[in-house]
Amino acid sequence: MSSRLTTRFEACAREGRAALVTFVTAGDPDYDTSLALLKALPAAGADVIEFGVPFTDPMADGPAIQAAGLRALKNGQTVVKTLAMVRAFRETDSTTPVVLMGYYNPVYIYGVERFLVDAKAAGVDGLVVVDLPPEEDNELCLPALAAGLAFIRLATPTTDDKRLPTVLKNTAGFVYYVSIAGITGAATPDADRVTQAVARIKAHTPLPVAVGFGVRTPAQAAAIAAGADGVVVGSALIDALRGTLDTEEKATPATIPAVTQLVSALATAVRNARPAAAE
Amino acid sequence: MNTPNSFRTGPDENGHFGMFGGRFVAETLMPLILDLEKAYQDAKADPAYKAEMDAGLKHYVGRPSPLYFAERLTEHLRGVAAAEGRDGGAKIYFKREELNHTGSHKVNNVLGQILLARRMGKPRIIAETGAGQHGVATATLCARYGLKCVVYMGALDVSRQAPNVFRMKMLGAEVVPVQAGARTLKDAMNEALRDWVTNVHDTFYCIGTVAGPHPYPAMVRDFQSIIGHETRAQMLEQEGRLPDSLIACIGGGSNAMGLFHPFLDDPHVKIWGVEAAGHGIPSGQHAASLTGGRPGVLHGNRTYLLMDDDGQIAEAHSISAGLDYPGIGPEHSWLHDTGRASYISATDEEALAAFQLVSRLEGIIPALEPAHALAKVVELAPTLPKDHLMVVNLSGRGDKDIPQVAEILGTRI
Repeated sequence: MSSRLTTRFEACAREGRAALVTFVTAGDPDYDTSLALLKALPAAGADVIEFGVPFTDPMADGPAIQAAGLRALKNGQTVVKTLAMVRAFRETDSTTPVVLMGYYNPVYIYGVERFLVDAKAAGVDGLVVVDLPPEEDNELCLPALAAGLAFIRLATPTTDDKRLPTVLKNTAGFVYYVSIAGITGAATPDADRVTQAVARIKAHTPLPVAVGFGVRTPAQAAAIAAGADGVVVGSALIDALRGTLDTEEKATPATIPAVTQLVSALATAVRNARPAAAE
Repeated sequence: MNTPNSFRTGPDENGHFGMFGGRFVAETLMPLILDLEKAYQDAKADPAYKAEMDAGLKHYVGRPSPLYFAERLTEHLRGVAAAEGRDGGAKIYFKREELNHTGSHKVNNVLGQILLARRMGKPRIIAETGAGQHGVATATLCARYGLKCVVYMGALDVSRQAPNVFRMKMLGAEVVPVQAGARTLKDAMNEALRDWVTNVHDTFYCIGTVAGPHPYPAMVRDFQSIIGHETRAQMLEQEGRLPDSLIACIGGGSNAMGLFHPFLDDPHVKIWGVEAAGHGIPSGQHAASLTGGRPGVLHGNRTYLLMDDDGQIAEAHSISAGLDYPGIGPEHSWLHDTGRASYISATDEEALAAFQLVSRLEGIIPALEPAHALAKVVELAPTLPKDHLMVVNLSGRGDKDIPQVAEILGTRI
């Protein structure tokens, strides 16, 4: 199960580098632009795609991703449309893992069983649901694992060694280490502390550990990539996208290139982060 | 649904009231919530904590609050019944929570949480507020105990509750206007959660209602239950028996839960919760989660919520900033589904009329929030017999609403 995720992380490891995990919000700023962007990400250097499911009340997200979700919702994005985009993506890409990231209520209202069937059929590989800690595993985590979808858990600076086994217990695919106590796109993580934290988590699990929250520039991505199995970049991509929108927040010809150029720069940085290993 | 043996034993160890409640929070907050739960369990078992609480409630808050026979409102509504050809009209009592220090029931809960924060060694307190009553109570206790206080308030509420904003600042709190969403209570709560997740090491989140992740709904209910416990003793003293009905307004539902909970296992005591119907339920512009919503997950718990078919949370509307919230405490959702309590609603217009009526008849200017409960008292009391004892929770005073009501009534002040 979750073979695309496992295969991809293993391939990156063989290349002696971390995976670049890119986050964009589904439907931002509109369906067609967002689908075109989704399709352009792998060629630009994204190894794994996190696709944000918009929600009105994203409690763990900073201003950039909040605004992205609202732009998408304003233009009519729904869970049904998000799944349709993944399905369309899979018509031309059968290898790049796609992980849906969001909050529980839209999934709950869609219906957990129906959602898992439809997500699996669309070609989704895993789920990151921010407001479902291990204490609520019966809601979605266990049904997702049974349905063959990875449930990717967040580990955070407040997750101590005593709690880590609880957090890691039903995790699959990879572990998402939240590098700062805070919201997405806020403070910049300290690379040394992140490396230590990743080592701490890896002592408890054979799964790859990807690091996100606050990674913005190629240099930061490279610093994190030196000590992790994956680097997640989200808010910086959303900011690049937003910077190209017109005054009515509509996409322009510059929108997709702005994001893919940043992804390319990040991918190059991640690939060169461990020169010794690469030789 | 099966009727439980007792309605007062919840929640279970995972914070569930039937299917409602729970702990739907980001992992960053999970260890904090577990710490809080443990600290609260320890405090509850500590006589020193109880003694500190009791002293604070008596000497600082000014408890017990009176249970007052609203004679002229009772007479007025008996007149209404007579005009309709009926010999009825319930005997109405006000539980005078508006007489508490800071002007509402909110302080009961805040005192409990601030004393807990001190025990836990947290120097920085954050809170969300709608009408500003919880924010004022939090700012007040933070001033009293020398704690840093940051209050998140929707920008719309900042403008319609200006007196409370000034009060909070006067008390030394920082008030952060939240520009996201509809700029009301829901958005303030999102922003408070974002603050908490960022400042995990020194910050205590003082939630103002019986919502949020476990243990908040149970903990806030426990702190507010003094309202019902006092009412019980006072009614026995004044009338020699328990009341026949209880009625209270509901936003998140803390004043209502505080009044209701000690009576949940007295099946002959009828219980009404009054949600805000805004411009009317059919208009879609309301804050009546039980009447017009369905179960979903937001702000750490499963409960009835206003939302669209895609699970996106809807904007609530109410004249009252304190009721302007698309959710409700999970225990209310459970009481609703089990049928133990009945939930009805009052419109902006009805609340405004009751606000004026009670001001003139009783010399008590209620807040717009309990004015919703009073609006239903006006409707229900004439249909009930004269020996029916009805308690309405007068959860806050209306001073804060004067500028807003004056504007609606076309008076410049």
